[in-house]
Formats: sequence, structure tokens, C-alpha cells
Amino acid sequence: MATDAQRAAIWRDARVVDVRHHGDIAVILRLEVPDRVVHRPGQHYVLRLRAEDGYTASRSYSTVSAPSDDLVELYVEKVPDGEVSGFVSEVVEPGDELECRGPIGRWFAWDGRTPALGIGGGSGVAPLVSMLRHAQETGHPELLSLAVSAWTDEHLPYREELEAAGALIARSRQKGGSRLDAAVIGAIADPGATAFVCGSARFTLAMESYLQAAGQPDASIRVERFGPTGGTEDDG
Amino acid sequence: MAITRGFTGRRRQAERDPRLPPGQYDVGSSWPVLTAEPTARIDAERWTLTIDGLVANPSSWSLKELKALGTDVYRGDIHCVTTWSKLDTSFTGISLDTLLDLAQPLPEATFVVEESTTRYRTNLPLSDVTGGKAWIVWEHEGKPLTREHGGPVRMIVPHLYFWKSAKWISKVTLLDHDEPGFWELNGYHHRGDPWTEQRFDGD
Repeated sequence: MATDAQRAAIWRDARVVDVRHHGDIAVILRLEVPDRVVHRPGQHYVLRLRAEDGYTASRSYSTVSAPSDDLVELYVEKVPDGEVSGFVSEVVEPGDELECRGPIGRWFAWDGRTPALGIGGGSGVAPLVSMLRHAQETGHPELLSLAVSAWTDEHLPYREELEAAGALIARSRQKGGSRLDAAVIGAIADPGATAFVCGSARFTLAMESYLQAAGQPDASIRVERFGPTGGTEDDG
Repeated sequence: MAITRGFTGRRRQAERDPRLPPGQYDVGSSWPVLTAEPTARIDAERWTLTIDGLVANPSSWSLKELKALGTDVYRGDIHCVTTWSKLDTSFTGISLDTLLDLAQPLPEATFVVEESTTRYRTNLPLSDVTGGKAWIVWEHEGKPLTREHGGPVRMIVPHLYFWKSAKWISKVTLLDHDEPGFWELNGYHHRGDPWTEQRFDGD
């Protein structure tokens, strides 16, 4: 009897059901994954593109959908000159088949039963939206607090959904905008909650230090980083 | 497995850099940061490395003492399970072989666990860290290793995926059995050979 983790590692041919564009910034894919292993909010999938000569390219993307969703929703940020994200945004359309495997990762994953604090920057918001949808569907929105940051409203993924849920939103490069600074993070730090911090290396480093300064224990801080050191995708 | 409609890829299979394991891409001069926990702050003056467990001579070294044992350079490639590889890069430190010679592994030692000051752990067969395969390093490309990349001192085991190379290393423990570490308990493969794509549990 294969465990869920072993079943999750199997490559499957998913069918693309929906393709939506978030401006020029990202593509939102909705996939029908056969014999799907249900994820926990925060886990990710790997997409693999395969050329006729056997050449492949694969990348990891956070799951945005709630576990109860029939489809798997992935937020694919368009990376400049990105081989996979570029192809997904320019070529992929409903009806296509894409190889995928998942869900992956048991660390940056919320159990949905204990208090959680989600802090995300830019596309790092994506796994937090899965947490939000899950909290709402299970009738426990009080378990989850969210603070997110993006350059402007246009850069913030799932802005309407986050606004409607009352998430704390910072726009770091918008006129009259604000940042997730030490005071803001200090006010929402909660030693009784697990903090899930997701974003670029620079963003997560800053958020971690604000949380630590506010007394959030190291053992309760879980981090998902992406991008090179000192990335400028978002800056708190 | 289905061919992806319309996908030809940036490079043809035949033109792929032979140093890139399957499913990996070249990040060029950048170096992504991946860590699951808060970045550690470590005072290099107080930091020590310990080798214990099934050894005849359990030992600890300060950074100064390690540097006094000699200097080795690893030049080559590193591979992260998240699909990036960094080619032809260099690290300066000391071969783990030198330290194990001093600690003297007992005959029954077959596995090691690396442990960081953050309590991060990762497990390996002893044979994967002996014979010129693992180093304790404090410089990257001639500069002190930065905090987010595991400074002041990390371990590197470059022939395996890089989660096997513990940042902020503080202890290497020799065991007579395999003891899964942090990612190994969280869905990742026990060994992590990039050339056979041992990424996740079940690969």
C-alpha cells in the first residue's frame, strides 16, 4: 500500500481546465489532476514540460486552491526570460496536458486546526490564499491572520479575495502606500501561532527578524523563500 | 508521459551542458537562498564544530582551530532539489576526511547526521561524506560565507542535492543506523542523488 507521500511523487498528466492572466505578472492555471492526493494549504506542485526529444524543464509552484477544490490551482509567476513560466503564459491553453507531481513538502504546510499567521510578499502570497480558502471553507477564519505586501495593488495576487477577508495589505511602492515594517509585524506577532513567511530572500529575512524581535519563537516560524539573494521582487 | 504541446525547450537535449543533471537548469552567477527556518545569527568567535557518536575520539574545534588544520578548496558544481544548479563555483574550508581522521570512526559507524545550530538535521551514509566528498567551509568564491548561505560555517556535500549540505553546521554525529533528518521526514528522498533524480520520497 503506497503512502500518500509516495503517491504524490508519481508524475501524472494533468488536464488544463482554465488559464487566467494576472496582468503581465503571472498566469493562474487550474488543473484536473487524475487520482489526486489532497494537499495541505502551503504545499506545492512541480510542473514538468516535455519536448519531443525528451528534453524536460520543471519548476515548483505553490498551490492556491483549497484542499476541497476539485481542481488544483497554481500561481505561475512570470520570471523574466523564464523557460517554464514564459511557455505557460504564451502557449498553454485549456485542454492541454501538463505533467505534474505533488503535493510536495510537509513543513510549509498548515494543519488547518491551529492558529496561523501568514506573511507573504509578492507571489509569496499564493500559498497563503490556499490557507485562507481552507479557513473559510472549514468555518474557522478566526484561526488565520494574514499580512501581505506588494509593490502596488496591481502587483498583488488575489487582491479582491484578500481585501474581502480583511487581510492587512501593504503597498510598498504605491503613492500613500505602506510597508510591513517592524511596528506592523510586531503588532501582529503571536507566539501561540505558527508563522508562515513566504517571499523573496530579502523579504523573508526582514520579516523573520521583525517576528523574532517581537518575541515570536524561532521554532514557530516557517519560511518559504525563492529568488536570488537580495532580490528586488518585493521589499516589505 | 505526455509530450507538452508546442514545447521545444530553450536548448535541445544534445546541446545541454553535460554538467547539468536531469531536470536541472543553470542559474548562472546568482545563488538562490532556500531555508525553512529563520536565518541563524552566529558569533564566529564562539562557534564550534563537534564530531561525536561512534568515534574513538570525539572532538570539537573552533573556527580558528579548523583553519589551523589546513585549507582545502572545492571547485565544481552544486545542485538544489528545486531544480537550479550552480556550475563551476568554489568553496574554501577543510575536507571532512581530515576531521574524521582525527575523530577516528569506529568500525560499526555506517551513517552520519549533520546538525545545525538551528537544529536542522540531515542524514547520509558515511560513505557519502568520506573519500573527498564533503567539506566544512567558511568561504565562497574567496569571500566569507554570508549568513543566508549558512555562514560563518556550513557543510557541503556537493555530489548530492544541496539540502544535504547543512547551513550553520555545528555537529556531525556518526551512527550505526540511518536516522531521517528534517527534509527526509518532510517528504524528501533519503539520499538525494541528482543524477538519478532522487528528489522526493518514492523516487
